[in-house]
Amino acid sequence: MGRFIARRLVMLIPVLIGVSIMSFLILHLAPGDPAELLAGEEATQQDIIRVRHQFGLDKPLYVQYFRFVKGIFDGELKSLKFELPVIDVIGPRLVNTLELSLASIVIAVVIGMLAGVLSATHRYSWIDYISTVVALMGVSLPVFWWGLLLILLFAVKIGILPSGGMGGFSHLILPAVVLGTASTAIIARMTRSSMLDVLRQDYITTARSKGLVERIVVYRHALRNALIPTVTVVGLQFGYMLAGAVLTETVFSWPGVGRLLVDSILSRDFPVVQASLLIIAGVFVLVNLAVDIIYALLDPRIRYE
Amino acid sequence: MSERKRTHLRIIWLRLKRNKIAVVGFFIVLLYVVVAAFAPYIAPYDPYKQDLSKSFAPMSWEHPLGCDEFGRDLLSRIIYGARVSITIQIGSIVIALLIGVFLGAVGGYYGGRLDEVIMRLMDILLAFPGMLLALAIISMLGPSLRNLIIAIGIYSIPQFARITRGAVIAVKENEYIKAARAIGEKDSSIIMLYVLPNALSPIIVQTTLRMATVLLTAAGLGFLGLGVQPPTPEWGAMLSNARMYLRVAPGVAFFPGFAIMLVVLGFNLFGDGLQDALNPRLKE
Repeated sequence: MGRFIARRLVMLIPVLIGVSIMSFLILHLAPGDPAELLAGEEATQQDIIRVRHQFGLDKPLYVQYFRFVKGIFDGELKSLKFELPVIDVIGPRLVNTLELSLASIVIAVVIGMLAGVLSATHRYSWIDYISTVVALMGVSLPVFWWGLLLILLFAVKIGILPSGGMGGFSHLILPAVVLGTASTAIIARMTRSSMLDVLRQDYITTARSKGLVERIVVYRHALRNALIPTVTVVGLQFGYMLAGAVLTETVFSWPGVGRLLVDSILSRDFPVVQASLLIIAGVFVLVNLAVDIIYALLDPRIRYE
Repeated sequence: MSERKRTHLRIIWLRLKRNKIAVVGFFIVLLYVVVAAFAPYIAPYDPYKQDLSKSFAPMSWEHPLGCDEFGRDLLSRIIYGARVSITIQIGSIVIALLIGVFLGAVGGYYGGRLDEVIMRLMDILLAFPGMLLALAIISMLGPSLRNLIIAIGIYSIPQFARITRGAVIAVKENEYIKAARAIGEKDSSIIMLYVLPNALSPIIVQTTLRMATVLLTAAGLGFLGLGVQPPTPEWGAMLSNARMYLRVAPGVAFFPGFAIMLVVLGFNLFGDGLQDALNPRLKE
């Protein structure tokens, strides 16, 4: 197992380096002089010279790259808009996104798995049919539209939930449901198909023929084994949520890292754009690594491949 | 078209036709294409024509879906919006297909070091999850229709490269490929004439399903203000605008979103059906 983890970690290094180079190059590949871009539209010639020196843009590209990566973590790289180290700007926002994503994944796992199991045990029944249709709709829904519809219903018409912002538990409900919808659908489909696979196995027939109650056969014998592929999907979905929360955060004015990224793109706050891209991608890659490891722990066959 | 090819297409069509849900998907997609192609003949009004006296006009015979804040006819804007969406979809899919299929075919066919390098590059692109890669590219190029197409095109390259590579690897060990190599055919013509045509079905399925993702991403970027800019009638941007008037005129937000969902659903259903029809072994 140790060797498996070590190999995965080594494979991670080129990807992380590549991701950091790409984030770094964004400023340099953008049309125009990087110093002018950083100095802003109303900058004088002197401002531009000052910025060029301050950001080390007069140094060779590889020196700039190392300065960029180091600067994110030691606080040298500062946001143009907030005039704070990027890490201090991004950190709290990342925590907010994490909170939202965790709530969403809990919803997605509970509802998705339940729907998946019911679909599999009641195959071709109306439960299965409804769950299939709802799952298909779930992956086709534009999240921003879905969010607006829920705001319209629960905040505007009924008035029991806030329409946005961060606060108590009630503020979390709508955004978490919206962000979790597509994942709920995907988890439901995955659970259904792996449950169907498992329910066909001989050991399930054996369990049944021993006279076990169906509930125990389904939940203790079948579900446990059907969970393995589902765990991977859950992990991947969590990674996507962390990063893909941009739209949900915008609809609900949730102060997360995705929203920060979009705001920074719009205000051309390049250091924050670059650093948040790198940090989001880094977190995503690490979550994927964790998923791989959990998968290998659950299913020993993977380790030897 | 040869007789054999025609029979083959017929079989696929028959399989597809049996799948009711896929047929529904096919007709949604067809409707979308027709609306986009004939927008000027179908739309009752000019999508840019403002008439402030009709601001937020409710649904009526005159304006079936009502009017937006500038009194522009919502139905006409949604009809023209189909044109904008289809332009983005086709443009970015063509970019992704050309580059992705090329990279995947070359990597899969030659293998070795070259394949390794290409696939690691794709891993780096895939490390930016969801629409993040498209966001990164937009942040570099600035928001506009052209840049949106480029951004979404690049963002879709790794999917096509991976699918093509897998299919090429599966095909390349066949006898007829070895035979072609033995009689001294050039690698480029082997790839174009023998390998790719036989690796086509997963690429077709991926193209159809990707159309759905591309539309969702484009509309999402439009909604964030980083896609097509107003006053162009793009569904995502229309929704973003309508947000401000949610309490006064919820319909203005409802219909563009519904259009997105319907078309995305259409491509998803049709794509799933195609997958089953092209690859019946996958189905239990």
